[in-house]
Amino acid sequence: MIYFHQVNKHYGDFHVLKDINLTIEQGEVVVIIGPSGSGKSTLVRCINRLETITSGELIVDGVKVNDKNTDINKLRRNIGMVFQHFNLYPHKTVLQNITLAPMKVLGVPEKEAKETAMYYLEKVGIPDKANAYPTALSGGQQQRVAIARGLAMKPKIMLFDEPTSALDPETIGEVLDVMKTLAREGMTMVVVTHEMGFAREVADRIVFMDQGRILEEAPPEQFFANPREERARLFLSRILNH
Amino acid sequence: MLDYSILIEHWDMYMQGFANTLKASVLALIGSFAIGTVMAVFRIAPIRPLNWIGAAYVEFIRNIPLILIVFVFFVGLPAIGIRFDSFTAGTLGLTVYTAAFIAEVIRAGILAVPKGQMEAARSSGLTYLQAMWYVILPQAVKIVIPPMGNQFINLVKNSSVLGVIAGLDLMYFGDLISSETFVTFDVYIFVALFYLLLTIPLSLGVGALERRLAKSR
Ligand SMILES: Nc1ncnc2c1ncn2[C@@H]1O[C@H](COP(=O)(O)OP(=O)(O)OP(=O)(O)O)[C@@H](O)[C@H]1O
Ligand SMILES: [Mg+2]
Repeated sequence: MIYFHQVNKHYGDFHVLKDINLTIEQGEVVVIIGPSGSGKSTLVRCINRLETITSGELIVDGVKVNDKNTDINKLRRNIGMVFQHFNLYPHKTVLQNITLAPMKVLGVPEKEAKETAMYYLEKVGIPDKANAYPTALSGGQQQRVAIARGLAMKPKIMLFDEPTSALDPETIGEVLDVMKTLAREGMTMVVVTHEMGFAREVADRIVFMDQGRILEEAPPEQFFANPREERARLFLSRILNH
Repeated sequence: MLDYSILIEHWDMYMQGFANTLKASVLALIGSFAIGTVMAVFRIAPIRPLNWIGAAYVEFIRNIPLILIVFVFFVGLPAIGIRFDSFTAGTLGLTVYTAAFIAEVIRAGILAVPKGQMEAARSSGLTYLQAMWYVILPQAVKIVIPPMGNQFINLVKNSSVLGVIAGLDLMYFGDLISSETFVTFDVYIFVALFYLLLTIPLSLGVGALERRLAKSR
């Protein structure tokens, strides 16, 4: 589903991603962890070309992401993205936030788009907020709307970049619960997070990054019980004991 | 005391001038808002040649006097066979001139919209223009209402440039009445009052809109 082969990325002189090789199968949940600045966000953002790679090969859903002939908007329909700061549209209601892309990108009629939106709002547990503006919602609710917005395009892949890092502790759980449900239903997910409990419970694989490299890739049981890399061990001890 | 008989005797002229000033202002307002928005997006879009066009437009137009731009339409283009009446030439000049300032205002507004908004919109599959139109511009326009109001007020006042080319606006009829009656002060006081009749409601309207939007968010 997602295939990185020898991918490198530079910001000017700065080498952010170094020789990335990573394959993610359909239905897999891959959690990316690593210290701040290690390139996790950059890696995830390359998948839908919010960032462009400098060299190597990146194939998503059978399409070469950086090929000149690739219709990126078409590829992006199949890839939902959830951001740390939600990025809901403040001038639109919850319902309008969710129906915008299905209507304008897929050409779904308004009535049908609204029904789909309501279906996903039910799914994330806040159908009563359909006509509210984002600012009237708590962080956890906003992030659930953002997830519903992504799902309404019926994507094949969902990307999450620290979806709970900006949330109050008491609302983190409600967002993680939605993500767990998604994972169980077989969505292909790439998740950057510091929530180790979530990683342990739902990840098929943990990818550990440091300084732009993937240092370790392992199933969660193995990774948490016995990380191979010294730096992964150090990172875990720091994050689990804070 | 003001001599009101001037106002009464020349009421028709004042009204015609007022109507034309209003008309020129409204047309130039719509036109400059449209051109200004396009130029602002040109300056920001991730396409180099468009950036250059946008930058060239703004830097060129806003750095020459309005009257010269009006002359381009009034005497420049007619010289190569494209003719306008003086009202149209004046209104076009005013539109093109004001658009440069509006472009800058809107550009600042677009840049003030958080980057994540464009990212969210694009990652959902919207094209750049769709993202601009449905997500960025509505937010940008809200942000720039106060400076935009200033530009619109300037536009109404600047419409007096039509007087110079016999554009049948308030200023033109002011001059006309003054040369007929040999009265200056009173004639132009009434002209000024008519301008205020346009600019003060505009100013109040912008203020009210600003307060209402502040509440809605
Ligand atoms: N646009 C940019 N220009 C230059 N450098 C950048 C840019 N974006 C990110 N970087 C740098 O690239 C490195 C990797 O950034 P990235 O955001 O991918 O890290 P991260 O692992 O997601 O970190 P965090 O946990 O803090 O979110 C960082 O050192 C960052 O400063
Ligand atoms: Mg990050």
